[in-house]
Amino acid sequence: MSVLTEKYANPQYYHNRELSWLQFDRRCLSEARNKDNPLFERLKFLSITASNLDEFFMVRVASLQDMVNANYRKRDIAGMTASEQLDAILADVHAFMQRQYSTYNRQLVQGLRENGLDIVEDYEDLTPEERGFVDAFFEAEVFPVLTPMAVDNARPFPLVRNKSLNLCALLSRKAGTGQGIPGYMRKPKKADKDRDGKDQGGKEKDAKAPGLKEKDSKEKDAKAKDTKAKDVKEKDGRDSKDKKTVSKDAKAGNYEVTAAAKNAKAGKAGKDAKEKDVKEKENFQFATVQVPAVLPRILELPSKSSRRIILLEEIIRHHLGSLFLNYDVLCAYPYRVTRNADLTIDEDDASDLLKEIEKQLKKRQRGYAIRLEVEEGMDPRLLEFLTKEFNVPQDRIFEIDGPLDLTFLMKLYGLDGFEWLREDRYAKPQEIAALPTGCDIFEQIRGGDIFMHHPYQTFQPVVDFIAQAADDPAVLAIKQTLYRVSGNSPIIAALARAAENGKQVTVLVELKARFDEENNIVWARMLERAGCHVIYGLAGLKTHSKITLVVRREDDGIRRYVHLATGNYNDSTAKLYTDIGVMTCRDDIGEDATSAFNMLSGYSEPRFWNHLSLAPLWLKDRFLYLINREVSHARNGEKGRIRAKMNSLCDPDIMAALYEASSAGVKIDLIVRGICCLKVGIPGVSENIRVRSIVGNFLEHSRIFYFENGGRPEVYAASADWMPRNLDRRVEILFPIVDRRIAEKVVHVLDVELADTVKAHILKPDGSYERVDKRGKELVDSQRIFCDEAVREAQAVIKPRGDRVFIPVEKKEEQHV
Amino acid sequence: MANLFGAIDVGSHEMELKVFELSRKGGIRQVDDIVHLIDLGTDTYNDGRIGFAHVAEVKRILLDFKKTMNMYGIRDYRAYATSAFRDMENASLVLQQIEQETGIRIEILANSEQRFLDYKSIASRGEAFSRVISKSTAIVDVGGGSIQISLFEKDRLVLTQNLQLGVLRIQEQLHRIGAGSRKTRTLVEEMVNSQLYVFEKLYLEGRKIRNLIVVDDYISEVVSGIRYGFQTKAPETPETVRDTGTIRDTGTSVSAEEFHRFMNNLETNSRTELAQQLGLEDDNVPLLQISAIIVRCIADRTGAELLWFPCVTLCDGIVYEFAEERRYLRSAHDFEQDILACADQISRRYRGSEERSGTIGGIALRIFESTKKLHGMGGREKLLLQLAATLHDCGKYISMTNLAQCGYNIIKSTEIIGISQVEQEIVANVVRFNHEQFAFKKLMSEESALDEASCMTIARLTAILRVANALDRSHRRKFSDLQIRNQDRKMIITVETPADISLEKGLFGERAEFFEEVFGLRPVIKQKK
Repeated sequence: MSVLTEKYANPQYYHNRELSWLQFDRRCLSEARNKDNPLFERLKFLSITASNLDEFFMVRVASLQDMVNANYRKRDIAGMTASEQLDAILADVHAFMQRQYSTYNRQLVQGLRENGLDIVEDYEDLTPEERGFVDAFFEAEVFPVLTPMAVDNARPFPLVRNKSLNLCALLSRKAGTGQGIPGYMRKPKKADKDRDGKDQGGKEKDAKAPGLKEKDSKEKDAKAKDTKAKDVKEKDGRDSKDKKTVSKDAKAGNYEVTAAAKNAKAGKAGKDAKEKDVKEKENFQFATVQVPAVLPRILELPSKSSRRIILLEEIIRHHLGSLFLNYDVLCAYPYRVTRNADLTIDEDDASDLLKEIEKQLKKRQRGYAIRLEVEEGMDPRLLEFLTKEFNVPQDRIFEIDGPLDLTFLMKLYGLDGFEWLREDRYAKPQEIAALPTGCDIFEQIRGGDIFMHHPYQTFQPVVDFIAQAADDPAVLAIKQTLYRVSGNSPIIAALARAAENGKQVTVLVELKARFDEENNIVWARMLERAGCHVIYGLAGLKTHSKITLVVRREDDGIRRYVHLATGNYNDSTAKLYTDIGVMTCRDDIGEDATSAFNMLSGYSEPRFWNHLSLAPLWLKDRFLYLINREVSHARNGEKGRIRAKMNSLCDPDIMAALYEASSAGVKIDLIVRGICCLKVGIPGVSENIRVRSIVGNFLEHSRIFYFENGGRPEVYAASADWMPRNLDRRVEILFPIVDRRIAEKVVHVLDVELADTVKAHILKPDGSYERVDKRGKELVDSQRIFCDEAVREAQAVIKPRGDRVFIPVEKKEEQHV
Repeated sequence: MANLFGAIDVGSHEMELKVFELSRKGGIRQVDDIVHLIDLGTDTYNDGRIGFAHVAEVKRILLDFKKTMNMYGIRDYRAYATSAFRDMENASLVLQQIEQETGIRIEILANSEQRFLDYKSIASRGEAFSRVISKSTAIVDVGGGSIQISLFEKDRLVLTQNLQLGVLRIQEQLHRIGAGSRKTRTLVEEMVNSQLYVFEKLYLEGRKIRNLIVVDDYISEVVSGIRYGFQTKAPETPETVRDTGTIRDTGTSVSAEEFHRFMNNLETNSRTELAQQLGLEDDNVPLLQISAIIVRCIADRTGAELLWFPCVTLCDGIVYEFAEERRYLRSAHDFEQDILACADQISRRYRGSEERSGTIGGIALRIFESTKKLHGMGGREKLLLQLAATLHDCGKYISMTNLAQCGYNIIKSTEIIGISQVEQEIVANVVRFNHEQFAFKKLMSEESALDEASCMTIARLTAILRVANALDRSHRRKFSDLQIRNQDRKMIITVETPADISLEKGLFGERAEFFEEVFGLRPVIKQKK
């Protein structure tokens, strides 16, 4: 810990990282609630909040749980222990999810209906024609792919896949049907006790969080028994109204329950109720069925007037009876588990990293359950059963008023039509003036460094850069780092082609890119087969840097072309994420790029760097140096100023340096999209720091850093955030924007975003975020401004600028073929 | 189109491949540089052999280097091994194996050759180099096995000496002593100073040294201050060496005072702190410290005011040599003159007569030139002849009677920078047979095991030197002005002198015979009065 970090080690000075992340998801949610956004865009935002939250549970909450289990008592930077964090987060998430569903139920569903799109919640609400359609669909498409599973002593609870949507049903044997399909051997009551630990545990057991298991399940047992009678009682009152109790058959079956509850109500609790309990258990059976992920979650109904859709799980719920022929389905409810998906890869012992990761990936499906979502009003017996099976404590159970897994809204967004409900104020990615379609990219780069601002400007030149290199006889080698790649990536195809063309192709495919592991293994194999030299990342580090080097032998010698960027080589996300990139053939950058790849290939660090700073070796020191330099300038009476934009800020050393800078009088403006552990407005500590977050149509993703440097400003871009994981555990690259013309453009990006009044949220001293008070201010939507600017620049192409000659427009079509 | 060249250095603790682009217009431009750390030195210094695992690793790295060279389409390359292989007993076996499997032929450099290349690498810094050596300067070349100190006077290299004070060697010794890190400093200083004392007494002879050029693998990098953690304190490049280029082009320099400050930092911080602060690997910190202590001892003893770290490696020297040979560049500095200046210095040490050496050398060169068609020898042999002439009488210092053998031994045991071991053997033998009966068979069967071609060279050079020697028998420079003409299987040496040359004429016959034996040409003296 450095001296500064110690000086500012006061937990009062920091926000907890996870709570700050939840704040970010709140900002996304606020876009879903923002009436200025077209309705379909709001669906998308809500869907994003849900998938964000899934990941948050799988990784962050799970890792906190691991800490609690391991009895890890160290406090975080904000002074909270792991269990305190867990409690705070869960409380916050409960409130958050309620807000998600109130947004869905009260705003979006209604809004859709007003615009002619109905989401039919209940099969019973379908018209006769619609029912016919749905029944036929079930018979033909759904039924064949369903795998209903009954659960009893002989058949342990099956593995329920992470994030999968399932239905859990309560069955009772039809009178006079004998053993029925789920025939079983009834063991004596005693055996039930063992079941928890042994047989039944089977699959689940290993996956459970060790510490959690024993204590919690005992508690739960006791708790469940206490509450059972009460639950049944409540159920009683609700049943008559509850539409979701499947079918008439089920309703009839429910009678017995009601009767039992009445008995309980009548005061015959105690012994009698227990006996009844045993009796019930004898009669009831649990079953679960996965809502097939291979089928679309939404089914559009044939309808003449308004458009109507129904969700797949509702269709299955209605038809459950046909899966359990000898049983009555008493009731059925959807549920969903989220599991710990943080992989622990032992890189030292793994002889083949690729195989090791494949092995670990399978485990991701079996991590212990960290969250259980059930439909509100689920039958208490089912809930108890699931709670026990997944071994989830009460505060991790979420009873939900609406459809589980809101990510289906993204599919809804994909429905054809409804154009008036979509965003059209943001222009498509525009052509880059310096890189018109069909140009010789190398020639253009020789004409001067080229700046790209995605998604306002097209990512295509980056793809073309690799593609042209692959077929260019003068190209000797292509080297690239890949972190997240799109499906069917044209870049991968070009790299493979280059190798086949005899070029030396070195690709670092980061196998440890979270949730892209499987994808990347496939790419790595494919590139290897094509003859590329594939490096699977570095032991203990994730290679997050985005850099491409093309070595070309030209008449006057070797020339290196380098692309450096803040975003992934992913042509799909490049349409959604805001990122900047630079193409250059400057020799000093080329030298550094060569050194960087030599290092990534396992050679020693170079003796010198001209411009680039790499994490984890030098980057943090570089940042600290740059921040401290502002401090010296400020202390010398010069203007100290830092402007920085990133996705997250939580590195303790950097934050301490920023506090020091603030107290020295350096003016600091930060644009932090996500997590920000830094607090603003602490007297004497952070009064000079302002933090804003932009959550807009595109995902803010670029990392830009500006240092005033006593009037000789320096501008940098990087693949790294100011997070320990970026600075200490990843290979990242910080590159200066050397070209003055480009530096101006990059500073302009900061300027406009700092002036944003539409999509910006300002961090308040109490840790909350507020939208900019627009009163009396010009409306500035930075993302729209960048769109408009890109359009203007593209249109200006016709006018030749300077000594550059552009290829005539008519060539375009040819090149597309 | 520019030509690409690969320079490979198989050093005692790392292997390096540098790729250069060579063109007459652009000179030398470095394109790629890959370094792989591999500790070959410890194997050798400990038990004189290299382990199998290390051989396998060397092969793997070389194949990798080859891949990179293929990528650039390189056809010209040179691979040299240094002290780790030089001191290795099984070196030739290992090298043959390596060549068999990788197709890369590695040559072992003699210390003097290696140092000369290092020296050339420094010279590749061009302008900065010329400026630094214009004042009295010493190069301190710190290697794994030994260090080399070379002195400059008025632009000219005058002396070079090897001391067994290599960084790895010292570390090995410290390890054997079991010294704790606290004692390291004192122990290293003792080791270094005891040798420096002798060096100072015998060689420095009260010379003042202003500039120190330091070539090493540890301090240079750190002092360069490229590592940003250190940059706040990194020294500015003084005017003497500041150039328009980057550090990659010019290296960096610090004043003695700044260097001392740097040393204080090295000594007051712990190993882990330093590793973090300087961005070094933990294991390299002790090596850095040893290297720094050596440099400081030398700086203190010589009273140097400025330390220049040109930040070059052997590979820079390798390419420089290649570029010179292929005439991609014409060096501003005449390296042959350095070699000769060194020889002069050696001759002086053994009280040789500069005047006489000059006369004999002059005559020998005249003969060499006029018989070029007959012997077909080139510039390199001419240089060796000059060296032999310069050193022809050094044996007298020890024994007037046994001067042949003594001269041979002196030359064999003295380091002459810039020439290979074989070349050194040639020079020593030429001096020896200048005074002794030439015995071809004996020469071939001797331990040194020279190949036939080298023996032929010895014979030819000896023949020439003997004639030259005979022409100045009286040591009175009667033949300072002569003409040489070849005619009818005779080499007619016409001398215009009023002096009596009967001594020379009388004793000429015996020498002339050997010359005729070698060249098939009988030397004849003609006097013009």
